[in-house]
Amino acid sequence: MESKFEVSKLNLHYGQFHALKDVSLSILPHEVTALIGPSGCGKSTFLKTLNRMNDLEEGVVIDGDVLLDGKDVYKEMDAISLRQRVGMVFQQPNPFPKSIYENVAYGPKLQGIRSKVKLDEIVENALRGAAIWDEVKDRLKKSALGLSGGQQQRLCIARALAAGPDVLLMDEPTSALDPISTSKIEELCTELKKDYTIVMVTHNMQQAARISDRTAFFLLGEVIEYSDTDQMFSMPKDKRTEDYITGRFG
Amino acid sequence: MKANEKAKRVDRVMTWIFVAVAGFFILLLIAFALLVIGRGIAGFEPYMLSFTRDGIGNQLFNTVYLVVLALLFSVPLGIATGVYLAEYAKPGKVTHFLSICIETLSSLPSIVVGLFGYLVFIVMVGAQWNLVSGALAVSILNLPLIATTTKDAMESMPKGYRMGSMGLGATHWQTIRRVLLPACMPRILTGIILAAGRVFGEAAALLYTAGMSTDINWSNWDITSPTCPLNPFRPGETLALHIWASRTEAIRPDAAQIANFSSAVLLILVFAFSIGARVLGRRMERKLAGGK
Ligand SMILES: Nc1ncnc2c1ncn2[C@@H]1O[C@H](COP(=O)(O)OP(=O)(O)OP(=O)(O)O)[C@@H](O)[C@H]1O
Ligand SMILES: [Mg+2]
Repeated sequence: MESKFEVSKLNLHYGQFHALKDVSLSILPHEVTALIGPSGCGKSTFLKTLNRMNDLEEGVVIDGDVLLDGKDVYKEMDAISLRQRVGMVFQQPNPFPKSIYENVAYGPKLQGIRSKVKLDEIVENALRGAAIWDEVKDRLKKSALGLSGGQQQRLCIARALAAGPDVLLMDEPTSALDPISTSKIEELCTELKKDYTIVMVTHNMQQAARISDRTAFFLLGEVIEYSDTDQMFSMPKDKRTEDYITGRFG
Repeated sequence: MKANEKAKRVDRVMTWIFVAVAGFFILLLIAFALLVIGRGIAGFEPYMLSFTRDGIGNQLFNTVYLVVLALLFSVPLGIATGVYLAEYAKPGKVTHFLSICIETLSSLPSIVVGLFGYLVFIVMVGAQWNLVSGALAVSILNLPLIATTTKDAMESMPKGYRMGSMGLGATHWQTIRRVLLPACMPRILTGIILAAGRVFGEAAALLYTAGMSTDINWSNWDITSPTCPLNPFRPGETLALHIWASRTEAIRPDAAQIANFSSAVLLILVFAFSIGARVLGRRMERKLAGGK
């Protein structure tokens, strides 16, 4: 299978601090790839190199290749169109202080879609895709800030879907949510991977084991182990991986 | 448990102190408003409401018109300055210096601004007293207020808005224009209310700019004519100036009554404006925050 993202020899510095060290990973399409590792090991940093959100920080120096469908995202693509293809969902649900409808229509509108009919259709599909349509269809004009945390997070997923990406990056999307909302989002990921490629950071080992196809274990900016999730959780190759997933440190 | 008892007692006492202070100021405000309005009504004669040389209708109109003109200058410029400072200016000496300049601007004595306005907008331009130069002069005073509230509002926005927007492929400007500014609007509006309040009451900055005379012909709608109500380049005495002029020059026997009545009208105008603007702001806020 052609990989979606092909990352090789990626090094990232925040000023003097070496945050990612020679990271090489292939992320396969229509899979959920989980990134695990102790706090501060560079999971979020790595995730943000995939859609160039790191460009927004001061003093970031990146070296190495990140290829999306064979094209270098830093040399052959502009950040704007890259981010339309690689959507992002954050740890804290962050709906805009706008109506539910306007939140979802935000991406398509940026891309110049003006037709009401077209927008209505995109919004409905995205909300259905994020499994929240039934809960909000009667209150599309109401502010998104009135939704519960779990609903807000699914709305943010819908908002990302509406921009028409083929990859979704999720940075601990359920860490601020209750168990029921969490399991809804997990189900959703399993559903979404039919159409999208998903890369998810998680601190929850069970979650990684439940929903991901492949898992990468990060430690101090390095990828220690990257393999099939089943394999990693049943017989990790590296001692440090084993210690981490069995809860002996981290 | 003695410490707890004491803490509770202190808590009760402090609560009472704050209630008393707040109550005192509310009473003071109400008493003040009643006094001003009561004295205004006491000396009221129907002619005072007329739009003629004797009434204060023209001054009332000038006041509102001047506020509109001043906001026309200071709102876009103030918001632009605030956005620049919050979003584009690189933190550093120059930006810091600029911020200090802007803050200083707002604490300039208004008579100084008035004289500056007179020199620049009247003498250098070679014009007579006019509303536009008055509006520009007071804009100098209230621009900082709008700029600072905009800057503070922008800087207080959660990082998630920016990240969310950029993450969807928005540019910096799109993020400002479509997410951050709309979200800041209720707070910016508060700044605008304060700024407008300052224009309503301003006198010193207008003395030598908008001028102390007003001559309006309400059937003349030729905007280039100096007596057309809407001509922004005609002199236009405002209510605040009229109060001052009536009180100091006493050109008429009932000047004191006119001044009192003008004060009452000005007070009501300011109240009505800020209540109206606040209702609007509240409604905006509620729309953003999302009732269920
Ligand atoms: N903007 C920045 N400037 C400087 N250092 C940073 C910056 N962002 C992150 N770092 C550092 O880079 C390292 C990796 O951070 P990162 O946020 O990627 O960790 P993480 O694995 O996502 O951790 P967590 O699980 O706590 O979210 C940390 O040591 C962090 O302090
Ligand atoms: Mg992180």
